[in-house]
Amino acid sequence: MSKIHLIENLAVSDSGFLFLHTTGETFTLNKTGSEIVRMLRSRKSKEEILKFFTENYIVDTNTIEKDFEELVAQLKFYSLVTEK
Amino acid sequence: MKIAVTGLNAIDSPGPGVPVIRSIKDAKDFKGEIIGLSYDSLDPGLYIEKLTSKSYLIPYPSSGLEYFLERLLAIHKIEKLDFIIPTLDSELYAFIKIQDKLLEAGIKLFLPTFEQLEIRSKDKLFNFCTKQGIKVPKNILATNISNLHSIQNNFSYPVVLKGIFYEAYIVNNFDEAVVAFNKLKQKWGFPIIVQEYIKGDEFNVVGLGDGTGKTIGAVVMRKLYITDKGKGWSGVTILDKTLLGVSNKFILTSKWKSGLELEFIKSAATGEYFLLEINPRFPAWVYLAPNAGQNLPWALVKLGMDEKVTSFSNYEIGKMFVRCAWDLITDMKVFEKISTTGELKL
Repeated sequence: MSKIHLIENLAVSDSGFLFLHTTGETFTLNKTGSEIVRMLRSRKSKEEILKFFTENYIVDTNTIEKDFEELVAQLKFYSLVTEK
Repeated sequence: MKIAVTGLNAIDSPGPGVPVIRSIKDAKDFKGEIIGLSYDSLDPGLYIEKLTSKSYLIPYPSSGLEYFLERLLAIHKIEKLDFIIPTLDSELYAFIKIQDKLLEAGIKLFLPTFEQLEIRSKDKLFNFCTKQGIKVPKNILATNISNLHSIQNNFSYPVVLKGIFYEAYIVNNFDEAVVAFNKLKQKWGFPIIVQEYIKGDEFNVVGLGDGTGKTIGAVVMRKLYITDKGKGWSGVTILDKTLLGVSNKFILTSKWKSGLELEFIKSAATGEYFLLEINPRFPAWVYLAPNAGQNLPWALVKLGMDEKVTSFSNYEIGKMFVRCAWDLITDMKVFEKISTTGELKL
């Protein structure tokens, strides 16, 4: 199963602010997005992340999976993640 | 130690004098005074309290080197200067020419050679970089309006027209090119550089070479906010090994002696970096460097004073600058003093 990895030179702050060391680009995430990115940084798998959200928030699996995929698509667009 | 610094024109297209002074004053081991040297009695740096111990007006080098030197020596007689840092491109040739005489009088400088200045001049940079395998935008040199007709054979519009020292215009057609050509010709003379326009983000490097080919330090900055004059109004330090590599290569091959700024653009279309310009002095954003861990202006002084300087190995990433327009309030008496006597102590 493939796993999403954040690239190395990406600084992730507690507030959900991303700063790419190599280009100076910055990105702002909402609370859900920053939680997902922090979990990706901790090398959690997609399944672990979805499980965390459904257990700790009032959200069904389909909704959080859709949010997760949308975020990952954006992170891929900006080359902030790799999939292995 | 008394250090004189030029370029107090902290205006919308700012000279680097004020940030160079701030950098030196921030150095923990600097014990001494700063003397400001200014070409205009309305240079904002003259009116910043506690920036300099005293400031003096000096004539433009174009008014005659003898007169220029005479004025500097007259100031030296009063101030007993140890070191001068010229910070403007346009005065560098003059300072190089008179540096032996200044040295005889006891004033040290740390300047590039004429040959080094020539290598990176806007009309010669293309050839140098091509030989070194450094990517540069295509360019042609124009010395008369008829040269502009060849633009359409070499490039497609828009193109950039640049003055030999300062100023650049993006033009979209022949008529706009003629207008820009005439403006640049009148202000900066010939040649005028016609350069391929590359759309993308701008990245700059400030560096310091010791004159033997060694890089003492280099900091990469990405411009975050750019004014309509193309000046970075905000920027952030980043780590880009490609840009540091090109900077080191230039310093090594030219044996660059002094501060410098390399300006790059990253093509939005291809992601490649192109070297646009090399300026033979510190940039106006140089104050970011000491705040990121590399006090390059102070290192330059130490090199010039024959002190041992160790190269910087790294710097803080994510350090930002945001330039600020801030009105200084002064009194007509102050303006009168600098205008009539050519000296000012706030």
